[in-house]
Amino acid sequence: MIAFLLRRLGAMLLLLIVVSFITFSLFHFGPADPASAACGQECTPDRVEQARIALGLDKPFFVQYLTYMSGFIMPRMIGAPGAESACAWPCLGKSFQTNENVTDMIANALPFTLSIAIGAVVLWTIAGVGLGLLAAMRKGKAADRIIVGGASVGVSLPIPVTGLVLLLVFVGILHVLPFTSNSINSPFGAAGPWAWVLNYLLPWLAIAILFSAQYIRVTRSNMIETFNEDFMRTARAKGLARRSIVFKHGVRAGITPVVTMLGMDIGGLLGGAVLTEQIFSVPGLGFTAVHAATSGDLPVTMAITMLAAFFIIVASVVVDLVYAAIDPRVRIN
Amino acid sequence: MTSFLSVKDLHVEFPTDDGLVSAVNGMDLSLERGETVGLVGESGSGKSVTTQAIMGLFKDSKARVSGTIDFEGTDLISLSENRMREYRGKKIGMIFQDPLSAMHPFYTVGEQIAEAYRVHNQVSKKAAKEVAVDMLGRVGIPAARSRADSYPHEFSGGMRQRAMIAMALVCEPELLIADEPTTALDVTVQAQILDLISGLQQETNSAVIFVTHDLGVVAELCQRVVVMYGGQCVEQAPVRTIFREPGHPYTRGLMASMPALSDETGRLKPIPGSPPALLDLPKGCLFAERCEVAKLLPEGLCREERPLLRIHGDHEVRCHAHERGLLAVGGPSAAGNMKGESADV
Ligand SMILES: Nc1ncnc2c1ncn2[C@@H]1O[C@H](COP(=O)(O)OP(=O)(O)OP(=O)(O)O)[C@@H](O)[C@H]1O
Ligand SMILES: [Mg+2]
Repeated sequence: MIAFLLRRLGAMLLLLIVVSFITFSLFHFGPADPASAACGQECTPDRVEQARIALGLDKPFFVQYLTYMSGFIMPRMIGAPGAESACAWPCLGKSFQTNENVTDMIANALPFTLSIAIGAVVLWTIAGVGLGLLAAMRKGKAADRIIVGGASVGVSLPIPVTGLVLLLVFVGILHVLPFTSNSINSPFGAAGPWAWVLNYLLPWLAIAILFSAQYIRVTRSNMIETFNEDFMRTARAKGLARRSIVFKHGVRAGITPVVTMLGMDIGGLLGGAVLTEQIFSVPGLGFTAVHAATSGDLPVTMAITMLAAFFIIVASVVVDLVYAAIDPRVRIN
Repeated sequence: MTSFLSVKDLHVEFPTDDGLVSAVNGMDLSLERGETVGLVGESGSGKSVTTQAIMGLFKDSKARVSGTIDFEGTDLISLSENRMREYRGKKIGMIFQDPLSAMHPFYTVGEQIAEAYRVHNQVSKKAAKEVAVDMLGRVGIPAARSRADSYPHEFSGGMRQRAMIAMALVCEPELLIADEPTTALDVTVQAQILDLISGLQQETNSAVIFVTHDLGVVAELCQRVVVMYGGQCVEQAPVRTIFREPGHPYTRGLMASMPALSDETGRLKPIPGSPPALLDLPKGCLFAERCEVAKLLPEGLCREERPLLRIHGDHEVRCHAHERGLLAVGGPSAAGNMKGESADV
């Protein structure tokens, strides 16, 4: 168990280094010129050059990369020679655009992304797994057809479309929900949990509609498969009540693929719900990443990419652990 | 006198996309307390469907079940799913062919046996666990206490089937249905499992329906044999009678196609031709297509008229030729014909 975790941790580190290197190279050898982007409106070749030095972009590629990576181990100094400023550990650099400390930027953006992710995950898991299970239990009947029909519409609804429709209906026409406010990013804030729910309800729905449709499909097909397993017949032959047959025997066995999917989706979502955050103007990681990438803000893009990769890798380890906890045939060693 | 279990004119039909599959077509079967009956017949003859119908496993499904299944004076067919639950496991236990897939992969063997006990007995989890350990010991699992905490995949095939038997018998049912319980096992383990079943059967005096392809097993374990074909009972008789004077041409075919009884496997070899199409059953005798004896009878009789199950003492046969005395012992050797043909299969 410990050996397993250590090995996964090692692999995780290695993978993160690879991700960082690739992102860094893409940026470095890509067409964007952060220096001219950073120097603003009245740019002269001179000032671009100054900016380049200030950002450290005049150094060789490997020096730049190693300098950046050293921030994960110790504090470092950033800025033009003579005008350096300190960047505390863990240092992810300073924004080329605003000179803000990237670690702080991430810390500010993360609660927004978390707010979106938590509610969306809860909603789609309950709706997706619940309806998928119901459809499997009523296979071929009216309820099943309605749910399956709904799901096939749901999977073809892109988030920008649902998002805009939701905004239009609930905010624009019905005026029953507020437009998302940037001052609320936690249920424990001054506005209280209810305001938090109302604030994020539409983003949650936009994500949940798409994801629950996928979860309905996966849950339904897995449960139908499981219901046909021999051990389900054995459970009936024991004289068990339908409830225990379905839940204790069926769901326990049929839910594992859904758990995997859920783990990976949560991991992915924590790296930023790019589309949703754009549509609802929520300044989370996805929103910040898009801005950074389009303005050539290397440190911010790097940081968010690596954080997203980190979440996905952690999710895959967690999924493996959960899998082993559910299925005794899976041995961790 | 009414039997302990009496199945009469049982029909099971499955509506499918291609039409109605008639898997069981007027099956008759009876069983006395403490008796072991072998249910034989080639693949697809409806053995499993019959036993599952007795267990009520088609309730709440699309399958149509009709006829009577009289168990100790109660008609199981008319019972609701909920009432049927009181019989499953408690009065009728069932063992399946493949114990690995028939046990839940995520629960320990002990948990699964304890669960079977707790369904019908109001006891604590701990007490049920004790019963499970005890039961595992009775089916011959060494170190039962520690093995109870193992998962099915950690057992060998034979041990798993023992555990499955423990699960089926933990509530001491009066009827045990074993659907090919040894098919998935190798020969030596097979013999042990058979010994175990017959031992436990004598200990508890429960009745057993033993479904098998293996006439050797039947000879060893059963008092009576019921031969199924096309979802019907075509012949039933005490084991001795069946082996000495099989009445139905199909049974004769089975006997003839079987390697010598001393042969290790005793497994049935196929009879030429194929079973009747269950989507569109022939009007007459279901075996007529493949029957050598049908030719000896008046033109079209076998193809037009479904024979009835005729009772001759303790021997019942469903055959026009037998009815007319054409198949009396020493009569035209249908078995010989079959043998000749099956040799080149
Ligand atoms: N749920 C179902 N839907 C449709 N047809 C079915 C269903 N269950 C069984 N059948 C059909 O009923 C027939 C009898 O099946 P059954 O399983 O009882 O045969 P069997 O005698 O047990 O054969 P085997 O020796 O191979 O186990 C088969 O042709 C099978 O395809
Ligand atoms: Mg079968």
